[in-house]
Amino acid sequence: MRIFRIIGRSIEASVKSIFRNFSLSMASITCTIITLILVGVGILFSYNINNITKDIENELTIVILMDKEITEEELVNTEKNLKEVHNVDEVKFISKEEIKNDLVEQNETYAKIVETWEEDENPLQDSFVITVKEVKDINETATTIKNLDKVGLVKYGESMVNDLINIFDIVKNATIGLVIALVLVTTFLIANTIKITIFSRRNEIDIMRLVGTSNSVIKLPFIFEGFLLGTIGSILPILIIILGYTWVYNSLSAANLSSILNVVRLTAPNSIIYSTSLILFGIGSIVGMLGSLRAVRRYLTI
Amino acid sequence: MEFIEFKDCTKIYKNGVTGIVNANLNISKGEFVFIIGHTASGKSTLIKLLYREEKPSSGSVYVGGVDVAKLRNNKIYKLRRKIGIVFQDFKLLPKLTAYENVAYSLESYGMKKSEIRPLVIAALDHVGLKDKTRSFPYQLSGGEQQRVCIARAIVNKPKLLICDEPTGNLDPDTSKEIMDVISKINKELGTTVVMATHDKDIVNRMKKRVVVIKEGLINKDTLKGSYKE
Repeated sequence: MRIFRIIGRSIEASVKSIFRNFSLSMASITCTIITLILVGVGILFSYNINNITKDIENELTIVILMDKEITEEELVNTEKNLKEVHNVDEVKFISKEEIKNDLVEQNETYAKIVETWEEDENPLQDSFVITVKEVKDINETATTIKNLDKVGLVKYGESMVNDLINIFDIVKNATIGLVIALVLVTTFLIANTIKITIFSRRNEIDIMRLVGTSNSVIKLPFIFEGFLLGTIGSILPILIIILGYTWVYNSLSAANLSSILNVVRLTAPNSIIYSTSLILFGIGSIVGMLGSLRAVRRYLTI
Repeated sequence: MEFIEFKDCTKIYKNGVTGIVNANLNISKGEFVFIIGHTASGKSTLIKLLYREEKPSSGSVYVGGVDVAKLRNNKIYKLRRKIGIVFQDFKLLPKLTAYENVAYSLESYGMKKSEIRPLVIAALDHVGLKDKTRSFPYQLSGGEQQRVCIARAIVNKPKLLICDEPTGNLDPDTSKEIMDVISKINKELGTTVVMATHDKDIVNRMKKRVVVIKEGLINKDTLKGSYKE
């Protein structure tokens, strides 16, 4: 019971203190709001960059043109062998008949060319389209495939793929670095503002010690206060992230930009705004609490 | 063993300043002792050693049989709950009322509100401030603030009341009132009082035991003493 009374009084004291030290509380909250908005935007940016690069990577495929003289059985064997190659995700067979039909449907010029062919004539080659699990290892996979029997030509845009992978790596690392830097700066700023709030009340802590209050009971209201300041400070950024991102996403969808810029698709809000909000809440409340605890402990040592 | 014992106690501060040198002093239960001396003579150090705001460099300090020098930092609060402290600058929490200031320590010990109330009212009554319970420190005069401080010090019925120049910021008339209150606590409650002061009038009028400290050394210790240059 005694412990519950102490906890209850600490919560009451922390709420009172926020109001009685209103200007300092506002400074802490404002600082938290501004920095968490930046972190939130950074996280959403990073999520999107990651998803866009992943989408593009998923569209990278290896096209294999088989030798012209190939039997049904050899085709079945090749498909089986391809599936066993390391890093191969999906194997799709496209027969030369299908390609011929596609050509006819695609374009009138092609259709006219195809008309000139004899009934049984088809100079095209049977092919396989392969997607890989790890785009990074696409070079090795292509080399392995080249060495398989009856494989004619293997194409996957070698030079472009390598450049793309390098660029994606740089962009991904840069955005992750940006988010980490923002989180560190935010942690530092929030912890410091709360430290200043507590510094202004070191006399209070001194008096508490002198009248026989135990260190843990002195710490409690400050920990709750730090938690409350951080939590209050994270509410506005969370709302801005949820409403703002949903609005941006809907506006871009309505303007049909997504289909124009086929590659640059924003990630759907539902899958990222809630996890981002949780991160912001976590940073606000935990940093507030720990920053506050760290500052009080400094004044509790003799 | 006496209630308070300083045994070969020396305090040298980290910056090399000498606080107290080789002090030996015994104080019995219920005594009223003045610690006098010039500024920086070491009397505040002696007082601070009693409530473990300072730790002796060598020797020991016993309060109620406990060697306070050996107390761990996180156990000091237990000592302070048995001691009432009155300061020159009152040290009241500015954003709490007189009642809340006196009740604060009891609340932090986890006592029930129904238990706290009669104790706080009794303590405020003892110092003559029963009608100022709702006033904030800035609404009170210096003398009244010091009374709140005394009420806070005695609310837990401590065995020892330590006063560090309690009248230093007050005019002579108010000082006299405060001394009357402290004297009454000593007589009626049997609380041991150790008071550092350099207020000659008070010391001369009270005729209590006087310990004189000069340059860190206990220079004189007289029963019913007086303040002489």
